[in-house]
This record gives sequence, structure tokens and C-alpha cells, in this order.
Amino acid sequence: MNKNLLGAAALVLATLLFNPAWAQEAPTADRTATGGAQTLEDIMRRQEQLKLDESFRSENLGNPANAAPITDQLGTRGGISDADAWRSIRYNKIDPTVQSPGPANGVMIQDEGIAWYKLREGPVITYGGSALLGIIVLLVIFYFVRGRIMIDGGPAGTTIERFKPVERFGHWLLAGSFIALGITGLITLMGRSFLIPVLGPDAFATLAAGSKWLHNNIAWAFMLGLVMTFVMWVAHNIPNKLDWQWLKAGGGIFTKSHPSAKKFNAGQKIVFWTVMVLGVSVSLSGLSLLFPFQMPMFADTFGVINSVLGTSLPTDLAPHQEMQYANIWHSIVAFVMMVAIIAHIYIGSVGMEGAFDAMGNGQVDLEWARQHHDLWVADVEAKQDKGGSS
Amino acid sequence: MKVMISAFVAALVIASLSPIVLNQFGWSSAEMTSSESVRLD
Repeated sequence: MNKNLLGAAALVLATLLFNPAWAQEAPTADRTATGGAQTLEDIMRRQEQLKLDESFRSENLGNPANAAPITDQLGTRGGISDADAWRSIRYNKIDPTVQSPGPANGVMIQDEGIAWYKLREGPVITYGGSALLGIIVLLVIFYFVRGRIMIDGGPAGTTIERFKPVERFGHWLLAGSFIALGITGLITLMGRSFLIPVLGPDAFATLAAGSKWLHNNIAWAFMLGLVMTFVMWVAHNIPNKLDWQWLKAGGGIFTKSHPSAKKFNAGQKIVFWTVMVLGVSVSLSGLSLLFPFQMPMFADTFGVINSVLGTSLPTDLAPHQEMQYANIWHSIVAFVMMVAIIAHIYIGSVGMEGAFDAMGNGQVDLEWARQHHDLWVADVEAKQDKGGSS
Repeated sequence: MKVMISAFVAALVIASLSPIVLNQFGWSSAEMTSSESVRLD
């Protein structure tokens, strides 16, 4: 019964998600009274910020095939009038000749930018900022409910090498650059709303310019750290049956048990793949923003999504629109990463006794290692015995 | 901790060198997105 209900709910959700008509549709208007031009009703809908199907104007651009013969009046103008030409400019349907050539200089009006601006200044800041505050509040609650995860029976006093210096270097290169990118990204996104009222426009201008410089340039360190950690750890992060056992036990967080794990447990593997997949995505959209108009990728991506899912995402994008999609996607992915990494920082520092040492000096307490990565310790000890006896 | 500090320093060194390297390849965003006649710098 519950399964049936769940299935029905999923079907309804999927229908809403993949049906572009779920939003309020603009009614088909009768424009015969105006000869096809806009009516008072169109103007009123626009003033009330209701959805308006603009195709009666955006597609009414004249047709050279309908040109009057040259012997007739207006024949020399062909099938396109001044009004048609202005509508072409309004809806970016012309290919003008411009003095300063560039990938985007031929776009004269690009009104999708308004939607981008509203999305960036509204939901992206609101939901992204709420997600960051939400995870911090959740972790504080978790800390007071569960407390710090301690080493059962106390530390052994002897240590075992958990990560080599090169592994820690790759981790901190990635982590340090990510934190710098996160802070400077938030300053860039939210500074206008939250910092200008506090700092004033002059001080914020200096801060914003510095943030932009650091964000654009430290991104290369992030990408290098991403490649380093992927190469060093991917072999240890391939999912296996053990991960399912670990997940079923909830990592032992609430039961205070210690499910078996090798070098990385299922929770760490989730963090690894989250960082890798989203890290590549945020890097690609970042490169697209770093080299304006040189790396458009959303039209092609939307084309693939349309062919696979049958959706009708736009594939004819102006160069500016590509940048706007890259910007929004970059922000969304970055917020998801920040939420995941804040939780990762918590469990790797204040949330668990002995965890920070793994990345601090590379040496972890043997008892900690046995409780959280028993199979890895057994593997290391077996190799040491083999090395000692040979 | 030394490894952590050295990684942070390396990140800043990479950040400082990247504009110089990109300029060597002709990738200056100021030059890529405007022509000299209209640039304000």
C-alpha cells in the first residue's frame, strides 16, 4: 500500500518535473482587432507581470518571400519593414555588422539577462545562504545530541601512518584553495546585498576586486589538488559490498558501534565522489566564466538532455546566455559542495577525537585506526610483518 | 602541520603565477573581451 502511494507520488512529481506546461500558461489571445499587433490585454498582462506569449511579436519579423514586386510601391524594401527590423533587434534575431568584432558584440538586446539577474540576486542567494546556515545549525544540534565521537577505551598511545606527506599536500592544496574560493565566491555573490551596507561602497570595491583576483587565480590550485587527490585515492574509493554494511549500520554514529572499513569507509567515499564529480562540474563552469565566450557548453549539454529525456530546454543560446547559465550552475554546484564540505570539516575536526591527526601530521592513534578502519590496519600490519620477515 | 602550511603557500604561489603564465599564452581577459580602442584601463 505504502509502495503504491510512493509510486503514485513519484509519478506525479516526475510529471510535474518533465512537463514544461505545469507552470501557469499564457492564454491564446485573439488579436484580429489589432491586425496581429499587441492588444490592451497583452499590455495589462505585462504590467501585472503575468506570463505572456511573446511569439506573436518575436516571430513576426517579416518574410522576404512576401516582398512586393519592385514595380510596386515599397518594393525596394523587400518583405521586411522598419517595424520588422526593430522587432528583430528586440528579440536578437539579426546578425548585425559591428565595428568591434567579438564573440558577443553582435548581440544588441539580450533580455534573458533580467531573468538571470533576478535568479542570482533572489533564489540563489536565499536558498544557497539558507543551506549554509542550515547545515551549520544541524551540526551544532548534532554535536549537542551525539557529542564528540571518542576513542572507545581511550587512545592506545602508539600511532600508525595514515597519510603520506604527498597525500596530505594534495588534500590541503585542494582544501585550502576550496576555502579561499568559497569565501571569495560568497563575497562576490552576496557582497552587494550584505557587505556594502556594512563596509560602504569604497571599502567593498577594494575587497571585491581582491576577491575576484584571488577567486580567478587560485582556481588553478583547486584543479591541481582535484587531479592529485583523484589520482592518489580513486583506487581506494571504488564502492564494494562492505560499504553497504557500513551504510546499513549508519557508520555506527548513532549505535556507537564500529562497522568494518578499509582505508576509506562509505561515508568518506561519498565525500570523495561528491568532491570529484561536483569539483569537475564547478571547474568546467568556472573555466567557461574565466574565458568569457570561449567555452560555451550549455547549448550542447541541453541538446543531449533533450535527446535523452525528451525535454525542451533551449539550445539556441546567445553568448551572454551561455555565461549566465554557467554562472548560475557554478553557484548552485558550489553551494552543494560547501554544504558537504562543512559537514566533512566537522567530522574531521571537532566531531571526532583523533580524526584531525590523519591530515594534521599523518599519524593516527592505533586504537582510533582499529575502531574506524580495522581492515586497513590489518592490511598495513600484514604488509609490515611481511616486510620485516623477508 | 608543515605539509598543510606548505600546501597553502603553494596555492598562493600558483595563484600569483597563473596570470603571468596565462598572459604568456595571450590569455588576458582584458584583451580577450575588448579592443584597445574601447578599453578603459
